[in-house]
Amino acid sequence: MENIKTALYNLHQKHGAKFVPFAGYQMPIQYSKGIIEEHKSTRKNAGIFDVSHMGQLFIKGDDTLAKSLERIFPAELSNAKLNQSKYSFLMNEEAGIYDDLIITKVEGGFNIVLNAACKNTDFKLLSKLLEDKYEMILSEELSLIAIQGPKAVQILEKIINGVSDLKFMNGDTFNYLKENIYITRSGYTGEDGFEISIKNDDAEAFVQKLIDEGASLIGLGARDTLRLEAGLCLYGHDMDINKSPVEANLKWAISKNRILEGGFIGCEKIKSQIENGVSKIRVGIKPEGRIIAREKTSIFSEDDKNIGEITSGTFGPSVQAPVAMGYVENSFSKIDTKVFLEVRGKKYPAIISNLPFYKKSYVKGASK
Amino acid sequence: MSEVKYSKEHEWIKLDGDTAVIGITQHATEMLGDIVFVELPEIGSSVAKDGNAGVVESTKAASDIYTPVSGEIIENNQAIVDDPAKVNNDPENEAWFFKLKITDKSEMDSLMNKEEYEKFSKESGS
Repeated sequence: MENIKTALYNLHQKHGAKFVPFAGYQMPIQYSKGIIEEHKSTRKNAGIFDVSHMGQLFIKGDDTLAKSLERIFPAELSNAKLNQSKYSFLMNEEAGIYDDLIITKVEGGFNIVLNAACKNTDFKLLSKLLEDKYEMILSEELSLIAIQGPKAVQILEKIINGVSDLKFMNGDTFNYLKENIYITRSGYTGEDGFEISIKNDDAEAFVQKLIDEGASLIGLGARDTLRLEAGLCLYGHDMDINKSPVEANLKWAISKNRILEGGFIGCEKIKSQIENGVSKIRVGIKPEGRIIAREKTSIFSEDDKNIGEITSGTFGPSVQAPVAMGYVENSFSKIDTKVFLEVRGKKYPAIISNLPFYKKSYVKGASK
Repeated sequence: MSEVKYSKEHEWIKLDGDTAVIGITQHATEMLGDIVFVELPEIGSSVAKDGNAGVVESTKAASDIYTPVSGEIIENNQAIVDDPAKVNNDPENEAWFFKLKITDKSEMDSLMNKEEYEKFSKESGS
Protein backbone atom coordinates (compact mmCIF):
# COMPACT_ATOMS: atom_id res chain seq x y z
CA MET A 1 0.00 0.00 0.00
CA GLU A 2 1.22 3.44 -0.94
CA ASN A 3 2.04 5.70 1.99
CA ILE A 4 -0.30 8.65 2.39
CA LYS A 5 1.11 12.13 1.81
CA THR A 6 -0.09 14.93 4.07
CA ALA A 7 -1.26 18.30 2.72
CA LEU A 8 2.18 19.68 3.59
CA TYR A 9 4.14 17.13 1.56
CA ASN A 10 5.30 19.61 -1.09
CA LEU A 11 6.31 22.15 1.51
CA HIS A 12 8.31 19.49 3.36
CA GLN A 13 10.06 18.61 0.14
CA LYS A 14 10.83 22.25 -0.58
CA HIS A 15 12.57 22.46 2.80
CA GLY A 16 14.81 19.49 2.09
CA ALA A 17 12.87 16.88 4.07
CA LYS A 18 14.10 13.32 4.34
CA PHE A 19 10.99 11.18 4.39
CA VAL A 20 10.31 7.95 6.24
CA PRO A 21 7.25 5.75 6.24
CA PHE A 22 5.45 6.16 9.56
CA ALA A 23 2.11 4.55 10.43
CA GLY A 24 1.14 4.42 6.76
CA TYR A 25 2.19 8.02 6.08
CA GLN A 26 5.15 9.51 4.31
CA MET A 27 6.52 11.78 7.03
CA PRO A 28 9.57 14.06 7.29
CA ILE A 29 12.12 12.69 9.75
CA GLN A 30 14.31 15.77 9.38
CA TYR A 31 14.98 18.73 7.11
CA SER A 32 18.27 20.02 5.74
CA LYS A 33 19.52 21.51 9.03
CA GLY A 34 19.34 18.19 10.90
CA ILE A 35 17.80 16.89 14.09
CA ILE A 36 19.98 18.72 16.62
CA GLU A 37 19.52 22.14 15.01
CA GLU A 38 15.78 21.51 14.73
CA HIS A 39 15.60 20.43 18.35
CA LYS A 40 17.49 23.51 19.55
CA SER A 41 15.49 25.93 17.45
CA THR A 42 12.28 24.54 18.98
CA ARG A 43 13.63 25.09 22.50
CA LYS A 44 14.93 28.57 21.68
CA ASN A 45 12.50 29.88 19.11
CA ALA A 46 9.54 28.01 17.63
CA GLY A 47 9.15 24.77 15.69
CA ILE A 48 6.35 23.72 13.35
CA PHE A 49 5.35 20.05 13.36
CA ASP A 50 3.13 18.40 10.78
CA VAL A 51 1.11 15.98 12.87
CA SER A 52 -1.62 15.52 10.28
CA HIS A 53 -1.10 11.77 10.41
CA MET A 54 -2.71 11.77 13.83
CA GLY A 55 -6.40 10.96 14.03
CA GLN A 56 -8.86 13.79 14.57
CA LEU A 57 -12.09 12.23 15.72
CA PHE A 58 -15.26 14.17 16.42
CA ILE A 59 -18.00 12.42 18.34
CA LYS A 60 -21.29 14.24 18.14
CA GLY A 61 -23.73 13.82 20.96
CA ASP A 62 -26.10 15.21 23.53
CA ASP A 63 -25.71 15.21 27.32
CA THR A 64 -25.66 11.41 27.43
CA LEU A 65 -22.40 11.31 25.44
CA ALA A 66 -20.15 12.46 28.30
CA LYS A 67 -21.55 9.70 30.51
CA SER A 68 -21.12 7.13 27.74
CA LEU A 69 -17.50 8.20 27.27
CA GLU A 70 -16.90 7.99 31.00
CA ARG A 71 -17.78 4.31 30.79
CA ILE A 72 -14.76 4.00 28.47
CA PHE A 73 -12.19 6.59 29.61
CA PRO A 74 -10.85 7.19 33.14
CA ALA A 75 -11.30 10.97 32.79
CA GLU A 76 -13.87 13.37 34.21
CA LEU A 77 -15.85 14.34 31.15
CA SER A 78 -19.33 15.07 32.54
CA ASN A 79 -18.05 18.10 34.39
CA ALA A 80 -15.51 19.14 31.76
CA LYS A 81 -15.84 22.76 30.78
CA LEU A 82 -16.39 23.69 27.17
CA ASN A 83 -13.01 23.71 25.37
CA GLN A 84 -11.19 21.93 28.17
CA SER A 85 -8.79 19.13 27.14
CA LYS A 86 -7.96 15.97 29.10
CA TYR A 87 -5.17 13.49 28.53
CA SER A 88 -6.55 9.95 28.81
CA PHE A 89 -6.29 6.33 27.70
CA LEU A 90 -8.27 3.81 25.75
CA MET A 91 -7.75 0.57 27.66
CA ASN A 92 -8.82 -3.04 27.77
CA GLU A 93 -10.27 -4.74 30.87
CA GLU A 94 -6.73 -5.51 32.05
CA ALA A 95 -5.92 -1.78 31.84
CA GLY A 96 -3.56 -2.45 28.91
CA ILE A 97 -3.29 0.68 26.80
CA TYR A 98 -4.74 0.60 23.26
CA ASP A 99 -3.91 4.25 22.83
CA ASP A 100 -3.21 7.45 24.70
CA LEU A 101 -5.21 10.43 23.53
CA ILE A 102 -6.41 13.97 24.17
CA ILE A 103 -10.15 14.50 24.65
CA THR A 104 -11.53 18.02 24.30
CA LYS A 105 -15.09 19.04 25.06
CA VAL A 106 -16.35 21.10 22.16
CA GLU A 107 -19.65 22.54 21.00
CA GLY A 108 -21.97 19.59 20.30
CA GLY A 109 -19.66 16.79 21.44
CA PHE A 110 -16.04 15.81 21.96
CA ASN A 111 -12.91 15.99 19.84
CA ILE A 112 -10.39 13.22 20.37
CA VAL A 113 -6.85 13.29 18.98
CA LEU A 114 -5.54 9.76 18.41
CA ASN A 115 -2.15 8.29 17.55
CA ALA A 116 -1.68 7.70 13.82
CA ALA A 117 -0.89 4.00 14.13
CA CYS A 118 -3.92 3.40 16.37
CA LYS A 119 -6.60 5.62 14.88
CA ASN A 120 -8.41 3.11 12.69
CA THR A 121 -8.59 0.41 15.34
CA ASP A 122 -9.55 3.04 17.94
CA PHE A 123 -12.39 4.14 15.70
CA LYS A 124 -13.75 0.62 15.32
CA LEU A 125 -13.39 -0.09 19.01
CA LEU A 126 -15.07 3.15 20.03
CA SER A 127 -17.95 2.62 17.58
CA LYS A 128 -18.52 -0.77 19.13
CA LEU A 129 -18.22 0.46 22.70
CA LEU A 130 -20.61 3.34 22.00
CA GLU A 131 -22.94 0.88 20.22
CA ASP A 132 -23.13 3.18 17.19
CA LYS A 133 -25.36 5.52 19.16
CA TYR A 134 -23.41 8.62 18.27
CA GLU A 135 -22.22 10.07 15.02
CA MET A 136 -18.45 9.67 14.76
CA ILE A 137 -16.31 11.43 12.18
CA LEU A 138 -12.64 10.54 11.75
CA SER A 139 -11.63 13.47 9.62
CA GLU A 140 -9.72 13.14 6.38
CA GLU A 141 -10.22 16.80 5.47
CA LEU A 142 -8.30 18.28 8.37
CA SER A 143 -4.58 18.76 8.88
CA LEU A 144 -3.09 19.09 12.34
CA ILE A 145 -0.20 21.50 12.80
CA ALA A 146 1.66 22.01 16.05
CA ILE A 147 3.75 25.06 16.82
CA GLN A 148 5.96 24.64 19.86
CA GLY A 149 8.57 26.69 21.65
CA PRO A 150 8.96 29.89 23.67
CA LYS A 151 8.15 32.09 20.66
CA ALA A 152 5.17 30.00 19.52
CA VAL A 153 2.67 32.31 21.20
CA GLN A 154 3.94 35.56 19.71
CA ILE A 155 4.26 34.06 16.26
CA LEU A 156 0.80 32.51 16.22
CA GLU A 157 -0.78 35.60 17.79
CA LYS A 158 0.40 37.64 14.79
CA ILE A 159 -1.61 35.40 12.50
CA ILE A 160 -4.55 34.54 14.74
CA ASN A 161 -5.58 37.18 17.19
CA GLY A 162 -6.47 35.98 20.65
CA VAL A 163 -4.56 32.72 20.91
CA SER A 164 -2.37 34.14 23.69
CA ASP A 165 -5.43 34.12 25.96
CA LEU A 166 -5.73 30.32 25.77
CA LYS A 167 -4.71 28.41 28.87
CA PHE A 168 -2.69 25.21 28.75
CA MET A 169 -4.87 22.19 27.87
CA ASN A 170 -7.67 24.44 26.66
CA GLY A 171 -8.90 25.16 23.17
CA ASP A 172 -11.19 27.48 21.26
CA THR A 173 -12.57 28.23 17.85
CA PHE A 174 -10.85 31.06 15.99
CA ASN A 175 -11.57 32.83 12.78
CA TYR A 176 -8.99 32.48 10.03
CA LEU A 177 -9.63 33.47 6.40
CA LYS A 178 -13.36 33.50 7.18
CA GLU A 179 -13.16 29.89 8.27
CA ASN A 180 -13.50 28.52 11.76
CA ILE A 181 -10.41 26.70 12.93
CA TYR A 182 -9.93 24.96 16.23
CA ILE A 183 -6.79 25.60 18.28
CA THR A 184 -5.68 24.08 21.58
CA ARG A 185 -2.80 25.15 23.78
CA SER A 186 -0.97 21.86 24.04
CA GLY A 187 1.84 19.85 22.57
CA TYR A 188 4.35 17.14 23.14
CA THR A 189 7.75 18.77 23.39
CA GLY A 190 7.88 20.15 26.93
CA GLU A 191 7.44 23.63 25.50
CA ASP A 192 4.55 26.03 25.42
CA GLY A 193 2.67 25.70 22.18
CA PHE A 194 -0.46 25.12 20.18
CA GLU A 195 -2.09 22.54 17.97
CA ILE A 196 -4.07 23.91 15.07
CA SER A 197 -6.71 21.89 13.31
CA ILE A 198 -7.12 23.37 9.84
CA LYS A 199 -8.60 22.36 6.49
CA ASN A 200 -6.14 20.52 4.26
CA ASP A 201 -6.61 23.14 1.54
CA ASP A 202 -5.51 25.95 3.85
CA ALA A 203 -2.71 24.12 5.64
CA GLU A 204 0.24 24.91 3.38
CA ALA A 205 -0.43 28.67 3.17
CA PHE A 206 -0.96 28.77 6.92
CA VAL A 207 2.32 27.03 7.65
CA GLN A 208 4.10 29.33 5.19
CA LYS A 209 2.88 32.27 7.29
CA LEU A 210 4.30 30.67 10.43
CA ILE A 211 7.61 30.27 8.61
CA ASP A 212 7.51 33.89 7.42
CA GLU A 213 6.99 34.96 11.03
CA GLY A 214 10.14 33.10 12.10
CA ALA A 215 9.14 29.53 13.00
CA SER A 216 10.84 26.60 11.28
CA LEU A 217 9.75 23.14 10.21
CA ILE A 218 10.74 20.28 12.53
CA GLY A 219 10.73 16.59 11.64
CA LEU A 220 9.84 13.44 13.55
CA GLY A 221 13.47 12.95 14.61
CA ALA A 222 13.58 16.11 16.70
CA ARG A 223 10.03 15.52 17.84
CA ASP A 224 11.34 12.31 19.39
CA THR A 225 14.36 13.91 21.12
CA LEU A 226 12.15 16.76 22.38
CA ARG A 227 9.45 14.52 23.82
CA LEU A 228 12.00 12.20 25.38
CA GLU A 229 13.77 15.08 27.12
CA ALA A 230 10.34 16.17 28.35
CA GLY A 231 9.78 12.66 29.75
CA LEU A 232 6.74 12.06 27.54
CA CYS A 233 5.77 8.58 26.35
CA LEU A 234 5.70 7.42 22.78
CA TYR A 235 2.92 4.93 22.13
CA GLY A 236 4.15 1.55 20.90
CA HIS A 237 7.45 2.08 22.71
CA ASP A 238 7.02 3.47 26.23
CA MET A 239 3.47 2.21 26.50
CA ASP A 240 1.41 -0.46 24.78
CA ILE A 241 -1.31 -3.05 25.29
CA ASN A 242 0.85 -4.94 27.82
CA LYS A 243 1.31 -1.93 30.09
CA SER A 244 -1.19 -0.03 32.20
CA PRO A 245 -1.22 3.71 32.93
CA VAL A 246 -0.13 2.91 36.50
CA GLU A 247 2.85 0.91 35.24
CA ALA A 248 3.58 3.70 32.75
CA ASN A 249 3.79 6.06 35.74
CA LEU A 250 0.88 8.08 34.40
CA LYS A 251 -1.40 7.66 37.38
CA TRP A 252 -1.79 11.44 37.52
CA ALA A 253 -3.82 11.28 34.31
CA ILE A 254 -6.47 9.11 35.94
CA SER A 255 -9.05 11.09 37.84
CA LYS A 256 -9.23 10.20 41.55
CA ASN A 257 -12.99 10.73 41.52
CA ARG A 258 -13.35 8.35 38.62
CA ILE A 259 -11.37 5.68 40.47
CA LEU A 260 -13.66 6.05 43.48
CA GLU A 261 -16.75 6.06 41.33
CA GLY A 262 -15.51 3.27 39.02
CA GLY A 263 -17.40 2.15 35.95
CA PHE A 264 -14.76 2.60 33.22
CA ILE A 265 -13.00 -0.15 31.33
CA GLY A 266 -9.94 -1.42 33.22
CA CYS A 267 -11.09 0.22 36.46
CA GLU A 268 -10.73 -2.85 38.67
CA LYS A 269 -7.19 -3.48 37.49
CA ILE A 270 -6.22 0.17 37.98
CA LYS A 271 -7.68 0.14 41.50
CA SER A 272 -5.83 -3.01 42.44
CA GLN A 273 -2.54 -1.70 40.98
CA ILE A 274 -2.85 1.54 42.92
CA GLU A 275 -3.64 -0.33 46.14
CA ASN A 276 -1.16 -3.18 45.80
CA GLY A 277 1.53 -1.57 43.68
CA VAL A 278 2.94 -2.80 40.39
CA SER A 279 5.86 -5.09 39.72
CA LYS A 280 7.37 -2.95 36.95
CA ILE A 281 7.22 0.78 36.49
CA ARG A 282 8.39 3.35 33.95
CA VAL A 283 11.34 5.47 35.05
CA GLY A 284 13.77 7.98 33.61
CA ILE A 285 17.32 6.68 33.16
CA LYS A 286 20.47 8.72 32.70
CA PRO A 287 23.49 6.82 31.41
CA GLU A 288 26.83 8.04 32.74
CA GLY A 289 29.18 9.42 30.09
CA ARG A 290 28.02 9.53 26.49
CA ILE A 291 26.81 5.97 25.94
CA ILE A 292 23.37 5.81 24.32
CA ALA A 293 21.00 3.06 25.45
CA ARG A 294 18.31 2.46 22.87
CA GLU A 295 15.00 0.62 22.97
CA LYS A 296 15.34 -3.05 24.09
CA THR A 297 18.59 -2.45 26.01
CA SER A 298 18.62 -4.69 29.10
CA ILE A 299 18.86 -3.06 32.52
CA PHE A 300 20.78 -4.75 35.35
CA SER A 301 21.02 -4.16 39.07
CA GLU A 302 24.35 -3.63 40.85
CA ASP A 303 24.38 -7.37 41.69
CA ASP A 304 23.90 -8.17 37.99
CA LYS A 305 20.25 -9.20 38.01
CA ASN A 306 18.23 -8.37 34.93
CA ILE A 307 15.64 -5.91 36.23
CA GLY A 308 14.13 -4.38 33.13
CA GLU A 309 14.41 -2.92 29.67
CA ILE A 310 14.85 0.47 27.99
CA THR A 311 11.84 1.55 25.91
CA SER A 312 13.26 4.79 24.41
CA GLY A 313 16.73 6.23 24.42
CA THR A 314 18.67 8.84 22.55
CA PHE A 315 21.03 11.77 22.99
CA GLY A 316 19.26 14.81 24.44
CA PRO A 317 20.53 17.88 22.58
CA SER A 318 19.33 20.35 25.25
CA VAL A 319 20.36 18.18 28.21
CA GLN A 320 23.68 17.65 26.37
CA ALA A 321 23.74 14.04 27.52
CA PRO A 322 22.16 10.71 26.70
CA VAL A 323 18.65 10.20 28.11
CA ALA A 324 16.40 7.15 28.27
CA MET A 325 13.20 5.75 29.68
CA GLY A 326 12.40 2.20 30.53
CA TYR A 327 10.66 -0.21 32.84
CA VAL A 328 12.37 -1.60 35.94
CA GLU A 329 11.27 -3.76 38.83
CA ASN A 330 9.54 -1.53 41.30
CA SER A 331 12.16 -1.98 44.01
CA PHE A 332 14.77 -0.42 41.71
CA SER A 333 12.66 2.56 40.69
CA LYS A 334 13.84 5.02 43.33
CA ILE A 335 15.56 8.15 42.03
CA ASP A 336 19.39 7.88 42.06
CA THR A 337 19.37 4.06 42.14
CA LYS A 338 22.47 2.86 40.34
CA VAL A 339 21.84 0.45 37.48
CA PHE A 340 23.76 -0.95 34.51
CA LEU A 341 22.83 -0.94 30.85
CA GLU A 342 24.06 -3.62 28.48
CA VAL A 343 25.11 -1.98 25.22
CA ARG A 344 26.91 -4.08 22.58
CA GLY A 345 27.79 -6.72 25.14
CA LYS A 346 29.29 -4.36 27.71
CA LYS A 347 27.64 -3.04 30.86
CA TYR A 348 27.67 0.70 31.46
CA PRO A 349 26.61 2.51 34.64
CA ALA A 350 23.48 4.66 34.73
CA ILE A 351 21.15 6.12 37.33
CA ILE A 352 17.39 6.20 37.73
CA SER A 353 16.50 9.81 37.14
CA ASN A 354 13.68 12.25 37.67
CA LEU A 355 11.47 13.04 34.71
CA PRO A 356 11.43 15.30 32.84
CA PHE A 357 15.09 15.54 31.90
CA TYR A 358 14.36 18.98 30.54
CA LYS A 359 12.26 21.40 32.55
CA LYS A 360 8.90 22.24 31.04
CA SER A 361 7.83 25.78 30.41
CA TYR A 362 4.09 25.39 29.84
CA VAL A 363 1.94 28.45 30.30
CA LYS A 364 -0.46 27.57 33.07
CA GLY A 365 -2.43 30.80 33.24
CA ALA A 366 -3.44 33.13 30.46
CA SER A 367 -0.58 35.28 29.31
CA LYS A 368 -0.66 38.56 27.52
CA MET B 1 51.70 9.41 0.31
CA SER B 2 49.31 7.32 -1.76
CA GLU B 3 45.92 8.38 -2.96
CA VAL B 4 42.84 8.12 -0.76
CA LYS B 5 40.84 4.93 -1.24
CA TYR B 6 37.28 4.14 -0.29
CA SER B 7 35.32 1.11 0.90
CA LYS B 8 31.76 0.03 0.20
CA GLU B 9 31.04 0.63 3.87
CA HIS B 10 31.78 4.34 3.31
CA GLU B 11 35.17 4.50 4.99
CA TRP B 12 38.12 6.38 3.53
CA ILE B 13 41.73 5.24 3.96
CA LYS B 14 44.98 7.08 3.35
CA LEU B 15 48.22 5.09 3.37
CA ASP B 16 51.58 6.63 4.31
CA GLY B 17 54.28 3.96 4.34
CA ASP B 18 52.89 1.26 6.62
CA THR B 19 50.55 3.62 8.42
CA ALA B 20 46.94 3.92 7.32
CA VAL B 21 44.59 6.68 8.50
CA ILE B 22 40.92 5.69 8.40
CA GLY B 23 37.72 7.66 8.74
CA ILE B 24 34.18 7.82 7.38
CA THR B 25 33.17 9.73 4.27
CA GLN B 26 31.19 12.94 3.92
CA HIS B 27 28.52 10.86 2.21
CA ALA B 28 28.35 8.57 5.25
CA THR B 29 27.86 11.49 7.63
CA GLU B 30 25.08 12.84 5.45
CA MET B 31 23.28 9.51 5.68
CA LEU B 32 23.84 9.19 9.42
CA GLY B 33 22.75 12.68 10.39
CA ASP B 34 23.99 14.38 13.56
CA ILE B 35 26.62 12.19 15.21
CA VAL B 36 26.39 12.19 19.01
CA PHE B 37 28.54 9.24 20.04
CA VAL B 38 31.76 7.65 18.80
CA GLU B 39 33.46 4.48 20.04
CA LEU B 40 36.93 3.67 18.69
CA PRO B 41 39.05 0.53 18.72
CA GLU B 42 41.66 0.35 21.48
CA ILE B 43 45.30 1.13 20.76
CA GLY B 44 47.23 -2.12 20.41
CA SER B 45 44.23 -4.16 19.27
CA SER B 46 44.27 -6.07 16.01
CA VAL B 47 41.54 -5.59 13.46
CA ALA B 48 40.81 -7.69 10.41
CA LYS B 49 39.73 -6.41 7.01
CA ASP B 50 35.95 -5.71 6.96
CA GLY B 51 35.82 -6.41 10.69
CA ASN B 52 34.21 -4.28 13.31
CA ALA B 53 36.32 -1.31 14.37
CA GLY B 54 34.10 1.04 16.32
CA VAL B 55 30.63 2.50 16.45
CA VAL B 56 29.03 5.82 15.57
CA GLU B 57 25.63 6.83 16.79
CA SER B 58 23.43 9.56 15.46
CA THR B 59 20.33 10.84 17.26
CA LYS B 60 18.47 8.20 15.23
CA ALA B 61 20.54 4.99 15.35
CA ALA B 62 23.82 3.20 15.98
CA SER B 63 26.04 2.09 13.09
CA ASP B 64 29.14 -0.09 13.08
CA ILE B 65 32.42 1.14 11.65
CA TYR B 66 34.42 -1.40 9.67
CA THR B 67 38.07 -1.32 8.86
CA PRO B 68 38.80 -1.62 5.13
CA VAL B 69 42.21 -3.26 5.81
CA SER B 70 43.79 -5.48 8.49
CA GLY B 71 46.31 -4.21 10.99
CA GLU B 72 47.21 -3.13 14.48
CA ILE B 73 45.65 0.04 15.90
CA ILE B 74 48.39 2.53 16.73
CA GLU B 75 46.38 5.68 17.38
CA ASN B 76 42.75 6.69 17.81
CA ASN B 77 41.26 10.16 17.60
CA GLN B 78 40.11 11.02 21.11
CA ALA B 79 38.97 14.46 19.91
CA ILE B 80 35.96 12.95 18.12
CA VAL B 81 35.05 10.85 21.16
CA ASP B 82 34.97 14.03 23.25
CA ASP B 83 33.16 16.04 20.59
CA PRO B 84 31.36 13.75 18.13
CA ALA B 85 29.95 16.73 16.19
CA LYS B 86 33.44 17.12 14.68
CA VAL B 87 32.66 14.09 12.53
CA ASN B 88 29.85 15.96 10.80
CA ASN B 89 31.95 19.08 10.41
CA ASP B 90 35.10 17.64 8.86
CA PRO B 91 34.85 13.87 8.35
CA GLU B 92 37.57 13.50 5.74
CA ASN B 93 40.31 15.49 7.50
CA GLU B 94 40.29 16.54 11.15
CA ALA B 95 37.77 13.90 12.23
CA TRP B 96 39.76 10.78 11.25
CA PHE B 97 38.87 7.72 13.37
CA PHE B 98 42.01 5.65 13.86
CA LYS B 99 45.46 4.89 12.50
CA LEU B 100 46.73 1.37 12.02
CA LYS B 101 49.86 -0.40 10.97
CA ILE B 102 48.81 -2.25 7.85
CA THR B 103 49.66 -5.95 7.65
CA ASP B 104 48.99 -6.57 3.97
CA LYS B 105 49.22 -3.68 1.54
CA SER B 106 47.60 -5.74 -1.21
CA GLU B 107 44.30 -5.33 0.65
CA MET B 108 44.32 -1.76 -0.69
CA ASP B 109 43.94 -3.04 -4.24
CA SER B 110 40.31 -4.04 -3.94
CA LEU B 111 39.25 -0.62 -2.64
CA MET B 112 37.75 2.10 -4.80
CA ASN B 113 39.38 5.32 -5.92
CA LYS B 114 37.56 8.65 -5.51
CA GLU B 115 35.84 8.50 -8.88
CA GLU B 116 34.69 4.90 -8.38
CA TYR B 117 33.46 5.69 -4.88
CA GLU B 118 31.46 8.71 -6.02
CA LYS B 119 29.81 6.58 -8.66
CA PHE B 120 29.18 3.82 -6.12
CA SER B 121 27.63 6.07 -3.49
CA LYS B 122 25.42 7.75 -6.08
CA GLU B 123 24.19 4.42 -7.45
CA SER B 124 23.71 2.71 -4.12
CA GLY B 125 21.79 5.80 -3.03
CA SER B 126 22.26 4.63 0.48
